[in-house]
Parts: sequence; C-alpha cells; structure tokens
Amino acid sequence: MTGYDFTLAGARLTALGSGALWWAEHRLLCVSDLHLGKSERLARRGGSALPPYETRDTLARLAELIANLQPDTVVCLGDSFDDDAASRALPDAEQSQLAALIHNRRWIWITGNHDPAPADLSGEQMAELHLAPLTFRHIADPLATAEVSGHYHPKARVRSTSRPCFLLDRSRLILPAFGTYTGGLRSTDPALTALMAADALAILTGAQALVVPMPR
Amino acid sequence: MSETAPALPEAIEDWFAARGWTIHPHQHAMLARAAAPCTLLIAPTGGGKTMAGFLPTLAELADGTHDGLHTLYISPLKALAADIKRNLRTPVEEIGLPIRIDDRTGDTPASRKKRQRADPPHILLTTPESLALLTSYEDAARTFKGLRRVVVDEIHALAESKRGDQLILALARLQTLCPDLRRVGLSATVDDPQAIASYLARHPDPCDIVLADPGPAPDIRMLQTEEAPPWAGGGAAYAIPAVMAQIKAHKTTLIFHNTRAQAEIFFHNLWLANEDALPIGIHHGSLDRVQRERVEAAMVRGELRAIVCTGSLDLGIDWGDVDLVIQIGAPKNVKRLVQRIGRANHRYNAPSKALLVPANRFEVVECRAALEAVRESDLDGAPRGPGPRDVLCQHILIAACAGPFDADELYAEMTQAGAYAGLSRAAFDACLTFCATGGYALKAYDQWQRLLQRPDGKWQLRDPRAAQRIRMNLGTIQDADLIKVRLKRSRGGKPLGEVEEAFAATLTPGDTFLIGGQTVRYEGLREMTVEVSRNPGRKPKIAVFSGTKFATSTQLSARILAMFKQDSWPALPRHTAEWLDLQREVSELPRAGRLLIESFPHDSREHICVYGFAGRNAQQTLGLLLTKRMEELGLDPLGFVATDYATLIWGLQEVADPAPLFEPEALRDGLEGWLAGNAVMKRSFRGAATIAGLIERNTPGARKNGRQATFSSDILYDTLRKYDPEHLLMDITREEALRGLVDFGRIEEMLERTRGRITLRRLERISPLAAPLLLEVGKVPVKGAAEEKLLQQEAAALMRQSGLDKLQ
Repeated sequence: MTGYDFTLAGARLTALGSGALWWAEHRLLCVSDLHLGKSERLARRGGSALPPYETRDTLARLAELIANLQPDTVVCLGDSFDDDAASRALPDAEQSQLAALIHNRRWIWITGNHDPAPADLSGEQMAELHLAPLTFRHIADPLATAEVSGHYHPKARVRSTSRPCFLLDRSRLILPAFGTYTGGLRSTDPALTALMAADALAILTGAQALVVPMPR
Repeated sequence: MSETAPALPEAIEDWFAARGWTIHPHQHAMLARAAAPCTLLIAPTGGGKTMAGFLPTLAELADGTHDGLHTLYISPLKALAADIKRNLRTPVEEIGLPIRIDDRTGDTPASRKKRQRADPPHILLTTPESLALLTSYEDAARTFKGLRRVVVDEIHALAESKRGDQLILALARLQTLCPDLRRVGLSATVDDPQAIASYLARHPDPCDIVLADPGPAPDIRMLQTEEAPPWAGGGAAYAIPAVMAQIKAHKTTLIFHNTRAQAEIFFHNLWLANEDALPIGIHHGSLDRVQRERVEAAMVRGELRAIVCTGSLDLGIDWGDVDLVIQIGAPKNVKRLVQRIGRANHRYNAPSKALLVPANRFEVVECRAALEAVRESDLDGAPRGPGPRDVLCQHILIAACAGPFDADELYAEMTQAGAYAGLSRAAFDACLTFCATGGYALKAYDQWQRLLQRPDGKWQLRDPRAAQRIRMNLGTIQDADLIKVRLKRSRGGKPLGEVEEAFAATLTPGDTFLIGGQTVRYEGLREMTVEVSRNPGRKPKIAVFSGTKFATSTQLSARILAMFKQDSWPALPRHTAEWLDLQREVSELPRAGRLLIESFPHDSREHICVYGFAGRNAQQTLGLLLTKRMEELGLDPLGFVATDYATLIWGLQEVADPAPLFEPEALRDGLEGWLAGNAVMKRSFRGAATIAGLIERNTPGARKNGRQATFSSDILYDTLRKYDPEHLLMDITREEALRGLVDFGRIEEMLERTRGRITLRRLERISPLAAPLLLEVGKVPVKGAAEEKLLQQEAAALMRQSGLDKLQ
C-alpha cells in the first residue's frame, strides 16, 4: 500500500495516497468532501454547464478503493453532495453505482455544511461518529482532540509541486477532499495555521503519500 | 493620390487655415472616399491618421441635422479612447460644431453608461469589449439607430488577436442593425495590407486601401557603449550610463522592454544612476491603473524626461514630444520594432530616431539582424488561420443576451465576418449546441441547459438572469492568473499593481521584489491579495512576473543563421565577434541545414543544448517533447528552459546518442499522445474554456474566500480527456495549442530544414552560446521519475531538519 502509517490518540491509521483514510483495526475507510453532483448544481443555478462526469469519476475511484480494501465500514465525512437537491438529482446510472457500493457494508453519511439535511439514500446519517478513541465530524472543533474531519480541502506545496494533503497533529487529522471537482486551500491559510499545532505534518497525496512538516 | 478633395464645411477649412495647417493628401483621400462602404488607411505614426479617419464624420455632422449616434470609434486601448476624446473635442469646440463626443470603456461610471445607451452621443469612442457589451443589451437596436460610420484605430494590432475576431463579429451585428454602415480602418505600416482589408470588410465586399506617404526612413542604430554587453542576462544594466546620457541629450525618451520584469529591474537601476534626479517614470500592464494614468498624464504635460515601459505603450497614444525611442533587448519582431520607432518624433516628415540596446551578446546579433531587416523593409508577419471558435461561442452567448435569435440568421451574419467566412454550418451548430447544453456525450441535467429553443424555433436564455453572468465574463483578453499587490492595510493599503499567481506562490514572508520601481517586502497573502511593505535599500529578489513573451519571427531567425555563416563579422562590435569566434573554436556555430546539439556536464547535472532556432514557443514544445522521450528512455530529465534559438535540458544521465530523440515520426507520433497531458495544453484549454463561457472568472456577488471554492481548470481538462475526448472544447484546445503556444509548425519547419542531419558536440564544459540559457527565467521542471526521487529526498530532508522525523 502507498500509504503513510501513523497513530492518532492511540489509533493506528493509514493516510492513503488517494486521499482516503484507512483504519485497519476496524476495517474502516473514510473519505471526505465528495461533492457529488457539483456540475448539476452549478448548471441549475444558472452557471455554465461543466462536464457532467465528476460524479462517476469520484465514484469510480471510491469503488476501486473499496474493491481493494473490502472495508466493513465506509464513512463519508460530509459535503458528500454539493447540496441536497444534487443528491436527489443523481442520474439513475450513478444512483445504482452508489447503491452497489453501499450494499453489504455499514455506510455512514456525516452531514456537512453543503448537505445538512438527510440525503434520500440508504446508509446512516449522523452529525458525528464516535468510535473510540476517535470522533469523526465534518468541520474541526478547535477544542477537540482525537478528531478526524474534512471541510477545508487542504493542499500543500513542496518544491514547485502543490497537492491535496492530510494535515496531522497530536489532536486532529484533516482529510483532503476526495471529490473530482474540488479545489484546495493552501496549508499556509490562516484558517489552517490557526487550527493546527506548530509541529503539524502535511501528508501529500499522490502515487506515494509523502510526509513533510506542514508548510505555513 | 490624385483625387480632388471634396469641399469641407467652411468652418472646418477656416479652422485649419487659422492654424496654418494644410490637409494631408491621405486625409483628402479619406474625404474623397467618405461614401465608400469600406476603406483602409495605412499611414505612419504621426501622419494625422486619426484626423483622417474623423474628417468625414466632422463634415457630415457639421450641419447639426443628424440625430443620434453617427460614428463609432474603436481602439484597442482604453487610454487611447480617452486621449482621442480630448484631441477631438478641441477642434469641435473651437470650431463650434454641434457635435457631442463621449467615450465608453470599462472605466466609465455606470450612470454615464446607462445614459449613453438611452441617449447616445454623435461620436462614441470605445473598445472591442465595451462594444460587444453594448450589442448584448436588448435595446441595442435603439442605441445604434442612425449609426453611419465605424472607425477602427490601430487595426493592425487588433487584427492579430481574438479581440479583433470579437470586434469583427460585433461589426457584423451592427451591419445587420444598420445596413448602410461604412467601415474605416486605420493602420500602422504592415507587411500585408490586403489581409487587414479582408479582415475589415464585410465578406465578400471589396475594401479600398489608401497608402499614405511613409515619410523619411527612420534613423535607427545600435547604442554604442564603453562597456561590452555581458555574455548572458536580460537586464542591460551595463548600458545604464549610456542610456542616461541619451536621456539627458533628448527631450523625452521612451525606453521599451520586452517584459515587465525587465522593465522593473532596468527602472530600478536607472533610478540608482539618476544623479540629477531627472523625472523618469515607469509604465507597464501590471501596474495599478491609477499609477499608470498618473504617468500618462505627466507624459502628456511634457513633465517626464523618460518613461521605462513595455508593450502597454505600443499603440498610438499621443505622447507629445517624444524624440527618442530606445529598445532594450532584441526586438523579437521587425514589424513591432518599426511601429515602436514610429513613436519617436511624432511629427510628420521628420525621421524617427531610435536606438537598440542588446542586453547580451546574442542579442547583439539579433539587433544587427533586425537593423538589416528594417533597412530592407522586410516586415515579418504570419497569416492567421480561420476565426477561432471559442470567440464564436462567446458571440452566440452575447447574441442570446440581446434577445431570442434565429440560428440561420445568426449563422448568415457571422459568415459576413472575413475570419469566419469559411465557417461551416456544422461547425456553427456544434458551437450553438455547446452554448445551449454543454455539448457533452453524456446527456445529463438537460433540464438546466443554458439556451432553449422556443416553439417558434428561436433560441433564448433559459434563465434571463444568466445574461448578467455572461456580460460579467465577456471579453477575450487572457491574462495569466494575476493577483493584486497592495501595501499592508495598516500602512494605507495602497494598490501597487499585479503579479502572476505562480510568482506569488513562490514568495515566502520576508522575500523582496520590485514593483512600480520600488522594492517591497512580501508580508503575506490575504483574500487573494499579496500584501507587502515598503522596503527601500534592500536588494530585491528578482521579479519574475513576466508579461508577454514574443517568439522571434521566422524571418529574423533565418537572418541570424545567415549571419552565422560569415567567416568574420565586421558589422558586429568586436566583443560579439570574438564571442562568436570562441564558440566556433570550442564548438561550432549553428547552421540552417543542420541541427547542432551540444552535450556537457555542468553543476553536477548533464546538459544538452539543442539549437533549433524555431522561436520561443516551438523551442518550449521541443523541450516538452524531448524530455518526454528522455523520460521513456530512462535518461532522467529534470527540467529545461527555452529561448528563441535553443532549448537547454538538464538531467541525471548523459545523452550519448540524440538521433532517436529526433526521429520526426517519433516526434510527430509523440505529439498527439503527449499533447494531451501537458501543461501547455492545459493553459490553452483554460483560455479557450474561459472565452467560450465554460469557466466563469467572475460570478455575481461571489466573494472568494480563499481558493477552496474554485477548482482548477486543469481538473476539467483531465475530466474531459478521460470521459469526452472528442468534445468541442478539446478540439478547439488542440487547434489553439498547435498554432499558438505549441507552435508545432515551426518544429516541422526546423525538421524539414535539417532533415535528420544532427551534429552532436560533446564538450567538457558549457559553450559560449549555451551559457546565456542558464540565466534564463521560466525554467520548466519535468515531473517525472527523477523529480519524484528528488521530491522524496527533499521531504525526508525537511523532516530531518525540523526534527519531526523523531516524533513518529
């Protein structure tokens, strides 16, 4: 596996090069910020018609991970859909693609800021998941510890290469966005430097997960 | 010109007479052709070109009977429109003509714009973008009612760009609204007047061409300096004392640079040497508008002795008493050089005076070649292909903003624009489908399409509110992503200008760079604005925000290769001749019929230098193609840099046999597959997708909170490539890249010229001719196996240095 192994509050975790998190002990796979249905939402709002392939691309990458890892539990860490209407407007082919993934395993939708109301899909809805010793939620709580969150779409630059990344310190892990149509927020942004401890790490996604001190 | 001039209204004749002015023959010729449907005037700068364009308008409006808009004047520059307004109002007011004149650009206040639409002036001065915007309103027909003439100034500059394509489509629209509209183009000296005439005229109408007396030949030479230019570099700092002496000896000097960064550095150095504290200004496209306007105003008042500038001053703003033009760095294109020189001595029949200042020894050769080309009036020009389809898509959206349209009528109208005369109906329909639905192979969210076909067959916007978004994103000017630079808020927050985002990304707090002639310290990035503080006295980190880079024209490259064949170079300064002799001694000089490659170790990396003389863009493409081949062959390339004449590639392995890299078939085959994934294609895609309306740079009410909300157009490109490779925008991108940034045509030309004849020279060290490339900016890293190795090394080193590796 092309991941980076570390422990958070005693839990042994792996940050995968694909941007997903693997918790082997629980056979739990966690992805954040899928933003499914983004092109549909933009077109609905009167914007331009972006190539409508991001949902199938995101799901295809997720399906590949699931096929390789055979997780018992999948946690989608919020902003899984670009908005609630987008979750209902998912074309049939993509609906069944998603249903096939959810089938036969525990599937948890953490609610995000883009998709606060329950989506019309199977799987469990929750604001937070507690699985000792960790808490999974969409947006980091500055006072929390042992926390896994998403929301910020962090990215970091090493040499001249900028890539989506995980951010990790003793208290928390922030996941990169997994969705195809997602941008990134530089790790140097005050929102992120304020949240992360001085000795935080950035784990860059890519063919091989690469760990560096968090650029700030 | 033998035409007898028609009588001008007496008041106008008297005004000319009172000033002791006579009307130039070409101005008479334009009056004589006032009724012609299309006329192109070619006249040197300072030849009263603009007045020639306006005299028929003044004559027609003199009796005060015309109601509404009569003449639309289009210029490529906002500043030019404002300038002409001033210059035109003077005679109109002094003669007492009943003519209202106003300008309309992106800078015009909204209230005045609104008034102009409801109650247009007789003469409206505007830009292609503002005109396109005017045609996008539902009341366009009312605004343009009565329009008789359109005058396109500096048409030679517009005809070469997408702005010109947009303009000519807008003129087709106007011609439908006002069938009697007459077109006039005003152009500087060009290599092919007929091409511009066909661009201007309604297809297939003819267009008269009026050639004004070109005036005396320019007085142009190379600046003589005590000190020899350096081997490499672009700053021309060695020439500062000589340039200073020229400034003192002239009234007003314009000092042109090829890039903004060079202009900044030169200005900085000039200021340090300015012991007499002469008033010297700087002007380029990255500077804040207020600052630019201040310099322009000071220039017009004659208060400045010199202006350090870039192409932002290329076009014919009336600069008053400029009596010398200095070009720093080799002119990449003879035509542009001639037009720049025309800026000096802005008086008819006085020779323009210009000095060329090569920045390094290679540029001495380039300058020499350019001088010879100017003497022989050998202007370079490359024919433009058919009208680009991304502009067409935008035009369809603009048409939809103005109201429901009929596709047959719109197609017929568009094909009246010369550049689009050959547009097939199928190509038009593909663009229309793209605008309406996105044109994807996968039919998703069809209920949200942008354009709907009504029961009567006409097309309209699904959501009328979309018009606002389309208008906000109108235009074809593609700047690299620029972000604003301002002083840190607590110190006043004064805007200083813009830098490229890629440059900003390389800055860390404490770095210093030059902008607007001052050294500033980077403090941080805040809401997509670079915040800086003043930091005088510190040596700046070099500014690399680039501005436009032009490729040396084919004609100039051929002249340089011809010069290299000479046994000796009596026409060149001794230092440069000696440099070429040295190159001949340790290696050899490149020849037209043979491809020279040098190979040498330098700084613990292996290098090859490929002298293709194909121009900057093609050499860049060659760098991308060759490094890809090298990657496949396990030669571990790390990066390359391209200039107009060569590509320098460095990596971990020595290239012992270059022949396999240059097999034309392999290069051509490699092109298709390779093209798809590279950065140049992604850049071309971003441009095309933005113009065609797929990517919106501006959205209503959007306050971008960091970059999280937006994602890179590269992702859209990768997605289309994977799922919809035949999509219209992919096709447009390929076409654009091949003739623009990729410039594969000139690689083909080079392969044809050398026909597999390759000379490999293995050298112990870098050659005199290759040395300048090491100092070039714009090095392109190769993100291959070697880079991945180094990235891992660097990550490990960073962890060690910070001590974080022990914490795991």
